[in-house]
Amino acid sequence: MAEEELLRVEGLSKTISGTSILSDVDMVVRKGDLKVLIGPSGGGKSTLLQCINLLLFPDSGRIVLDGREVTFRRKREVLAYRQQIGMIFQEFNLFDHLNALQNVSIALRKVRRMSSRQAAERAERELERVGIWEQKGLYPAELSGGQKQRLSIARALAMDPAILLLDEPTSALDPELIGEVLAVIRDLSQRGMTMLMATHQMGFARTLAQEIMFMEQGRIVEQGAPQELLSHSGAEQSRTLSFCSKINELYA
Amino acid sequence: MDPSFIWSELVPALNKGLIVSLLLIVPSACIGLLLGILVGFSRTFGPPWLSRAASAYATIFRGTPLLVQLFMLYFGLPGIGIYLTPYVAAVAGFSLCSGAYHSEYIRGALLSIKSGQIRAAESLGFSRVKTMVHIILPQAMRRALPGVGNELIYLIKYSSLAYIITCIELTGEGKILAAQTFRYTEVFLIVGCYYLLLVSLASVGLRKLEDMLRVPGFGKG
Repeated sequence: MAEEELLRVEGLSKTISGTSILSDVDMVVRKGDLKVLIGPSGGGKSTLLQCINLLLFPDSGRIVLDGREVTFRRKREVLAYRQQIGMIFQEFNLFDHLNALQNVSIALRKVRRMSSRQAAERAERELERVGIWEQKGLYPAELSGGQKQRLSIARALAMDPAILLLDEPTSALDPELIGEVLAVIRDLSQRGMTMLMATHQMGFARTLAQEIMFMEQGRIVEQGAPQELLSHSGAEQSRTLSFCSKINELYA
Repeated sequence: MDPSFIWSELVPALNKGLIVSLLLIVPSACIGLLLGILVGFSRTFGPPWLSRAASAYATIFRGTPLLVQLFMLYFGLPGIGIYLTPYVAAVAGFSLCSGAYHSEYIRGALLSIKSGQIRAAESLGFSRVKTMVHIILPQAMRRALPGVGNELIYLIKYSSLAYIITCIELTGEGKILAAQTFRYTEVFLIVGCYYLLLVSLASVGLRKLEDMLRVPGFGKG
């Protein structure tokens, strides 16, 4: 592979109140990759993303970002590490008491300690990038679902993350609003942003993902290029494909 | 009704008492609110030992009459060698009591904030303390404001208990003057008006503050 490795996960396991949610997950994300995680709900996609971000601490395993092994022990290092990993949530999790501009600038001011003016300038650029500059004075409750999710992407991008983790970014959206969020993600990918995205948007995954990983019961059971996993050619139907036909039936 | 008594004796005495009342109310409100925030956060997010200690404090001070608390502080503490002036005992009593009530309103507000707010802040690299100060507290205070404001209004009125432990404020001045002149009707009518005015001013201020802090759509979801 020509592309440089950015994130390596090895043997990641997580048990929550006696139930094994992740067992022995290995994964490599290369710079500029758009990698898609699919699989049934409860299969561990969300937990994997939250473990990579250290919002949840894995029980065992290694995470290597940009050649440096991540240590979970020291608080300060965890905080610094989290800044390098952008996180997009299904339910947006925007700061409800702040307007769009402040949602983006607050971390710049309070975590990065930028001046208010610098932070606001940077925030305006990020809002522009996701196409909601005109809404900068509006509060989350005044935005449409698509605008909310674009705002949360702007908020994450402002921290200059090395990689963006997206946890079903379009699953809470009305169908007609999904396109505008996917367009932003497509645009980011084309500009070389590294992304790991849990999604059920199979059309999007098929056309844009470099690699699809199918996750079930806390394990990655299949992975490969979309053409491989989603083609009907092979004698045996892949798990990914049968899952996809199932969700497509539901959507039809 | 004797206007000359009201203007030459009653009002000057009550104005003197009003100043003492304000000196009781303002610090007690500030200390009480601060205490309420600390206790509310401790009860909600603190480690088990702290959360239990904070809850015990709230239970004790919400579960006993304020007058008993004041007697304890002023007449009871000397028994173990702690002597408080009437003023200090009153401010301590009011702060502790109102802190316990504030903590309850703030705890309720904290419980209504979705955990996603904390996760979002932490994903951006906010430390636990910064998350609380910059993300959770501003939201919690907006939600707690109606209850907190109500508690401030109660405080204005229960500050009248201070005279019982010999801190002579508005009610105390009135009581002394009434006993000397036997003009109970005029005195307590006017004393009542003073409190009504204080409470009205506080209500207007609180409503202004609520308008100032209003965020479109916040608190409806």
